Amino acid sequence: MIRDFEYLSPKTLEEALAFLSQYQDECKIIAGGQSLLILMRQGLIAPEYLVDIKGITELNYVQAEAKAGLRIGALTPHRAIEKSPLMKNSFSVLAEMEHRLASIQTRNWGTIGGNLCHADPAGDPTSVLMALNATVTTASVKGKRTMAVEDFCKDYFETALQHDELLVEIQVPPAPPHTGAAYTKFNIIETDMAMVAVAVSITLGTSKDVCQDARIVLGACASTQLRAKKAEEVLRGKKITAGLLKEAGQVASQEADPISDVTASEEYRRELVKVLVPRVGQKALDRARQA
Amino acid sequence: MKKELKLTVNGQPYELYVKPGTLLVEVLRNELDLTGTKRGCESASCGACTVSLNGMAVKSCTILALQADGGDILTIEGLAKGTELHPLQKAFLDHGALQCGFCTSGMLMSAAGLFHEKPTPTLDEIKEAIDGNICRCTGYNSIIRALSAVARGEYKEQR
Repeated sequence: MIRDFEYLSPKTLEEALAFLSQYQDECKIIAGGQSLLILMRQGLIAPEYLVDIKGITELNYVQAEAKAGLRIGALTPHRAIEKSPLMKNSFSVLAEMEHRLASIQTRNWGTIGGNLCHADPAGDPTSVLMALNATVTTASVKGKRTMAVEDFCKDYFETALQHDELLVEIQVPPAPPHTGAAYTKFNIIETDMAMVAVAVSITLGTSKDVCQDARIVLGACASTQLRAKKAEEVLRGKKITAGLLKEAGQVASQEADPISDVTASEEYRRELVKVLVPRVGQKALDRARQA
Repeated sequence: MKKELKLTVNGQPYELYVKPGTLLVEVLRNELDLTGTKRGCESASCGACTVSLNGMAVKSCTILALQADGGDILTIEGLAKGTELHPLQKAFLDHGALQCGFCTSGMLMSAAGLFHEKPTPTLDEIKEAIDGNICRCTGYNSIIRALSAVARGEYKEQR
C-alpha cells in the first residue's frame, strides 16, 4: 500500500516551481513514476506532497538545432525519443539506447528526465548522455543552472538537484567531425536493468586514423555512471587497433568500482567491462570511420 | 483526501473519487469491477496489468489513477465488440496461445498497442511488443504464431 499524500498536479513549469519552493523536502516530484511508484509501494519513500509534473506539456519536446545540437525536454517519454526522426547520425545511439530500455509499456509512460533524476547507476540514458558530452538545465524560482550530466549525477539515487529544483532540459551537443558512438548493456532478461553497461564515443582526426578524443562510460559499475578516464587515455592520440581496445578494456575494468549483488558479483562485472569496452569501442570506431 | 477522477473506460465515461495513492489497476479492478486486468508482480516487471491508455500500452500497476485523469482507457473487457471477438482474440484461440490465461489479457493489450502503432509488424517487432509480458506456461511461441497470423492479415479487422 502506498501511504497517503497530498497530490498536486501543476500544468505549467511556473506552477510546479512554486510548489517546489513552497514544500521543499516535504515533497517529491513524480513524472512517469516508473521507478518512483515501485519505491513508494515498498514504503522506501513516503512523501507528504507529490508534485505530478507529467501533465506539463511544455517540457515534452525534442528539437534539433545546427549549432546547439539536440534539446530534449525533461518530460519527453522514452518511446518518443526512440521513434524521433531527429535521432540520426551522431544522435542515433540515443534511439538505440532507448530501444533497449525496459519494455515498451515503460517507455510509453516513463520519461528521460525522470530516469536521470532517479539516478540509478544502471540507468541507460545517463551513460549515453555522458559519452555524448551532454548537459542538463535545472530550474527553480530563483533561476536556471546548466551543468554537465557528469556533474548532475552525485551518488546512488542522488543528483545535484536542490529541493526546490526541477530538471527541465537535456542538451546534446553536435558531435565533432569523424565521431562515432555506441552503447550496449549486458543483462539476462531483455527488459531488466543492466548488469554492466558501456557507452563509448570516439573522435578521429582528419585522416580518420588517429584517435583525437575518446569518452568511455561504465554503467552499473560504481555509485554513479563512471567515466573510465584512464582507459580513454589509452586510446587518445593513438591509432586504434583491436589490441589497444583490449588494453582499454583492462584498464577500464580496474577503474570500475562495482558491487556484488543478486545479479552479479564484483568479479563478474569487472570481467564484463573487459569484454564490453572493446566490443562497444570497435562499434564506435567503425562508426567514426564512416562519419 | 479523495480527489475527483474522470476516465473513459471501454467507451464508457466514469466519474469517481479516489485517494491519491490509488493505482490505475486498483481503480479498474476494485472500483469498476473490470477484473480482466490482472495484478501480477506489481513492480512493472510482468505485464499482466497492461492496458491501453490513449492508444498506448502501459502497465496499470505503475501509474497513479490520477495520472490517467481525462484519459481514454481500453481494457481486455473492451476488446471484443459484443459477442464478436477481436481479431487478436480469435487468433489466440486458433493458435492455442494461452494455457493458464493469467498473462493473456496483458499479452493481448500489448499486442493491441503494437497493432495500433503498426498494422503489419515484423516478427522482431512482435517479439519486442511482448518483451514486457511474462508467460510462465512457456507459451511464447504460440503467442508469436498467433500475432504473426494477424500481421499476415489472416484475421480481418471488424471495424
